[in-house]
Amino acid sequence: MIPLSWYVILGAVLFMIGLSGVFLRRNILVILMSVELMLNSANINFVAFSHFFQDLRGQVFAIFVITVTAAEVAVALGILVALMRNKRTLKVDEITIMKG
Amino acid sequence: MEAIFFLTFAALAVASALGVVLLRNPVHCAISLMVCFIQVAAIFVLLRSPFLAVVQIFVYVGAIMVLFLFVIMMLDIRTAVLERFLPGWERVPILGVLTVLGLQMLIMLLTSDRLLHPPADAGTVLDGTVAELGKALFLDYLLPFEVVSVVLLVAFVGAIILAKRERKE
Repeated sequence: MIPLSWYVILGAVLFMIGLSGVFLRRNILVILMSVELMLNSANINFVAFSHFFQDLRGQVFAIFVITVTAAEVAVALGILVALMRNKRTLKVDEITIMKG
Repeated sequence: MEAIFFLTFAALAVASALGVVLLRNPVHCAISLMVCFIQVAAIFVLLRSPFLAVVQIFVYVGAIMVLFLFVIMMLDIRTAVLERFLPGWERVPILGVLTVLGLQMLIMLLTSDRLLHPPADAGTVLDGTVAELGKALFLDYLLPFEVVSVVLLVAFVGAIILAKRERKE
């Protein structure tokens, strides 16, 4: 029997890797992939707690997370394609249309 | 035995996740992320959640990553490959913040006694079949289920409209 903490630590490590990807990389595609990684590490936690507490709510939540992620990726890549049509760059530092 | 499987999957997952951050070419990053997702699906199997493992493979590996690869192929990544990607000196503060956050998280996890000594095992109430999950999803969580399907529909319509080439009047 694997202790719960192993799964939670794995989730934390994957989350930190994803977070460092968001902070360190400047390529917008890689940033999106790192966000996916972070969402997935949250899913590991949901399923691990669901298994250890024998409660289905964790799995139901993980399914919702996966669905919302699919929606998010579709919209994000749509925005990316529209952005590439107007401004030929993938670097987030050069996308300053909104003056943010 | 189970621990060996877990350690193998976890090590591969962490290694491929590092590949996502460290590899230079976005295509290699996407493949690496695919490997990571498959490892996570294997970990879901270890957690007796076969349905989620299958959904993970279908949705993440089958749909999301293929979408990513299609978009990468549509875009021109030759300039992105030349980008400097390892952190320079101006990224040192960010690295510091990341280190502090990661250490905080690990210390919190390692010192929390609720995690190291979880409450008494609830026993095997769930037998790991899909039937119970389906009942929970369609009886107790019917409204969120419908809402999330509407969200998905709206997102797809929005993505199509965003990606559609505007007709010049």
